[in-house]
Amino acid sequence: MDSVRKVKVEKKILIANEEYACKNRDFLAKRKIPCLNVISSPGSGKTTILARTIRELRGKIRIGVIEGDVRTDIDAQRIRTTGAPAIQINTDGACHLSAAQVGDVLQKLPVDELDLIFIENVGNLVCPSAFDLGETAKVAVVSIPEGDDKPAKYPALFARAQALLVNKVDLLGVVDFDMDRAGADALKLNRNIRIFPISAKTGVGMSRWYDWLEALTNRRGR
Amino acid sequence: MHETMVAQSVLAAISAEAKKQNAKPVAAKISCGVFNTVNSDALLFAFEAISKGTVCEGLKLDIEQKSIQARCKKCDCTFAFELHEPSCPKCRGDDFELLPDEPLMLEEIEFDDG
Repeated sequence: MDSVRKVKVEKKILIANEEYACKNRDFLAKRKIPCLNVISSPGSGKTTILARTIRELRGKIRIGVIEGDVRTDIDAQRIRTTGAPAIQINTDGACHLSAAQVGDVLQKLPVDELDLIFIENVGNLVCPSAFDLGETAKVAVVSIPEGDDKPAKYPALFARAQALLVNKVDLLGVVDFDMDRAGADALKLNRNIRIFPISAKTGVGMSRWYDWLEALTNRRGR
Repeated sequence: MHETMVAQSVLAAISAEAKKQNAKPVAAKISCGVFNTVNSDALLFAFEAISKGTVCEGLKLDIEQKSIQARCKKCDCTFAFELHEPSCPKCRGDDFELLPDEPLMLEEIEFDDG
């Protein structure tokens, strides 16, 4: 076929998300606010973890939250009961938050009065890990009832996350979960991941997580 | 899971190039790092569906999945990071640094000028 002509293009396809993520990162860097993108399956306890963290760090770290869900503002309302500012994004079916959505609401938070921002992503262990939101770090959450095989089955998130919260340890013994296996699988993918076995319900293990957050906010010179 | 959204971006990128070239695109090659979590079959299905009635209808899309590269901190070699058995193939070391994942790229388009 003589009439067929090949043209090299070499263009990024999802460049729009990347550009918005860069904008968000600049916005946060200028204000020296670290931002954590929290990713897990639905029902792992992300909102409970954030609510307890906000309450127990009151007076030390001022926290704002961006909530992502397919529908409802249930989570933002739960966060507001702690007194912290929270903004809800509804994705109307989409499986992840995009950097553009986060950029749209970032200015609506009282950023000058905050030391740390959490983005609670849509509950999903696959897609959110592929979309940079401009965050400082990704935090993965798995919970005991989900089973200890999550790091092995959904490696992309654990290979990239800086911290892993293993929530609902109060259910160990009721539900079969091999903490050593989950930890070993995560460390195999990512030697530097920090693992925190916690219960956001009872408070067990939370103090080490708070130390990590304080170190993160102090590093930013605040 | 978000392949339809990706397909729309692919369609937009190819259509823009077709307009520039003023020719019918008949085939295109895209590449994609594994951490983009794009399933090739789902993307092909979505692309076929949304390209109907556009300049890209009938276009043959070729998707190359690229493994992520890692660098061994012990022997400094670069290797394809295997999600199931991540260790250095040379020295078996497990201390490595992941190199940035390959973004989704529109590599090349074939146009029919006939």
